[in-house]
Amino acid sequence: MTTTTTQALPPASAGLLRQRYRPRTRSAYPMWFFLPAVALYVVFFAIPTFASFYFSLTRWTLFDTTFIGFGNFVAFLQDPQLINGFVHTFEYGFVTSAAKVVLGFLLALFLTGPVIARGYLRAVIFFPVLVSTIGVGIVFKNLLDPFHGMVNALLGAVGLPQPGWFTDPNMALWTIAGVDVWKGIGIATLIFMAGIVAIPQEYYEAARMDGASSWRLVRTITIPLSRPAMATVVILSLIGGLRSFDIIWATTGGGPGFTSDVIASVIYKEYQAGFFGLSTAGNVVLFIVVTAVMVPVSWLLNRKQVDL
Amino acid sequence: MFGLIAIAASAVIFLVPFLFVVLQAAKTPGEASSLAFSWPTEWRFLPNLVDVLQANDGIILRAFLNSSVLTVVSVVLTTLLAAMAGYVLERRPSRWGTVINFFVLAGLIVPPAVVPTIWVLQGVGLFKTMLGMILIETTFGLSFNILLFRAFMRTIPRELDEAALIDGAGPIRLFLRVVLPLLRPVVVTVVVVQAVAVFNDFANPLYFFPGDENATVQLTLYQFQGQNLSYYNLLFMDILLITIPPLVMYVFFNRQIVAGLTSGAVKG
Repeated sequence: MTTTTTQALPPASAGLLRQRYRPRTRSAYPMWFFLPAVALYVVFFAIPTFASFYFSLTRWTLFDTTFIGFGNFVAFLQDPQLINGFVHTFEYGFVTSAAKVVLGFLLALFLTGPVIARGYLRAVIFFPVLVSTIGVGIVFKNLLDPFHGMVNALLGAVGLPQPGWFTDPNMALWTIAGVDVWKGIGIATLIFMAGIVAIPQEYYEAARMDGASSWRLVRTITIPLSRPAMATVVILSLIGGLRSFDIIWATTGGGPGFTSDVIASVIYKEYQAGFFGLSTAGNVVLFIVVTAVMVPVSWLLNRKQVDL
Repeated sequence: MFGLIAIAASAVIFLVPFLFVVLQAAKTPGEASSLAFSWPTEWRFLPNLVDVLQANDGIILRAFLNSSVLTVVSVVLTTLLAAMAGYVLERRPSRWGTVINFFVLAGLIVPPAVVPTIWVLQGVGLFKTMLGMILIETTFGLSFNILLFRAFMRTIPRELDEAALIDGAGPIRLFLRVVLPLLRPVVVTVVVVQAVAVFNDFANPLYFFPGDENATVQLTLYQFQGQNLSYYNLLFMDILLITIPPLVMYVFFNRQIVAGLTSGAVKG
């Protein structure tokens, strides 16, 4: 049974109810309860968002604006720094999101199974989520320092190569992605755990009676039935990953060169340099990127929802 | 056996960085700058604590004050406004519902436009003010929390509303006296999750609340890193200080935080 048929009924009956109780319903749940939230949303979110479309087409100094058409976007597509940031945003978003889904699921599977010290493990994996991102960035920048850092000291001691984690142009972005996963894996794990725990035990019992192996149980019961959890993890981590700024700014600041710049860090750099029009064009690009990724992804994830 | 490996691995991966912060925070400046993972030869924990609080004319104390005011006021506002909106959104099916849902989701997904927001803040005279910063944090927190409240409202039976209405309660009394107390579990969740988010926020104060006077705790960390490269011990003491409030929250409200963050896991 699909969700469309089940949803076809309620509106009709709700309409009947509304007609019968109209006067009372109206006064009991007044529309003005929305007002303060709507006012803030309009002033500090909707207006800036709509204004950004106009300002992205201008050369802007906050005092005056000169309309320059698509000049900022052309600059975006031509400047190697900006185009780099554009590509990196996708790479970073997809890599961190995929890593969180895979690792988060495996950890959740492990932690919902028979395991000692589960409370400790859960707490330890989760606590980085609550720590300041800037703090995490600084700590890892020092732990992964190419010359003095603890990690490279250990690697050197056992004769392994000592990579320049944040200083090698080919590695910086991926090192940051790794730190991001370290910090965010706790949420993914928790969400998957909640999803897995909600699966009725009878399914497993029935499958075991039929002689299914534990791998088969995971593949045919756990994975399909933790789909809502996966949708949540994918959506949350993609939104976070595509907009990521703090962790990048705290570790490399987009460097070395522009090799770990993403759109969000370009926006900040252009803002700092006083190119407000260009910075706002970056915001519009980010808006388009996030929407272009999130709309199909959430549609796909929700479409294939399994019925329980 | 497998469990022991897991405990050891998790300790190395997740606890060593934290231990590193504690050790660094207790060292002398010279020893800390070597970045070695070693026991301090001389424990300077308290002197470092005093030093960091006095650094840059006590900017950290000011930042703690700023962050506390910002967190407390914006969390109260977000909770109240999101509860009101989520409540009516769930209870009152109307054709506006779809439109509002769309905007709530947009607020969750769309990244805020930086310079235009500054432009608006300047237009209403709130740029670089605490009030402006509070309203910004409140606005950006609305969408997520409205969704939480709306989801929780579904579990509260309408009969309770109707009973209160029959007893003659008006809409405000119904909300404050009947509904809000029933929303208590989700209120706690929203307060804790939002408080941690605002306290740890870096990008928004960086853009909308600049200036030394206005420093928030996250910004002191960032400035500290820029200025005092020779004082790694104080930098790490600052990290330690800033980590404590969210950690305390976690210890006391573990369950509510988990409930809030996993609310979408079971039912899409």
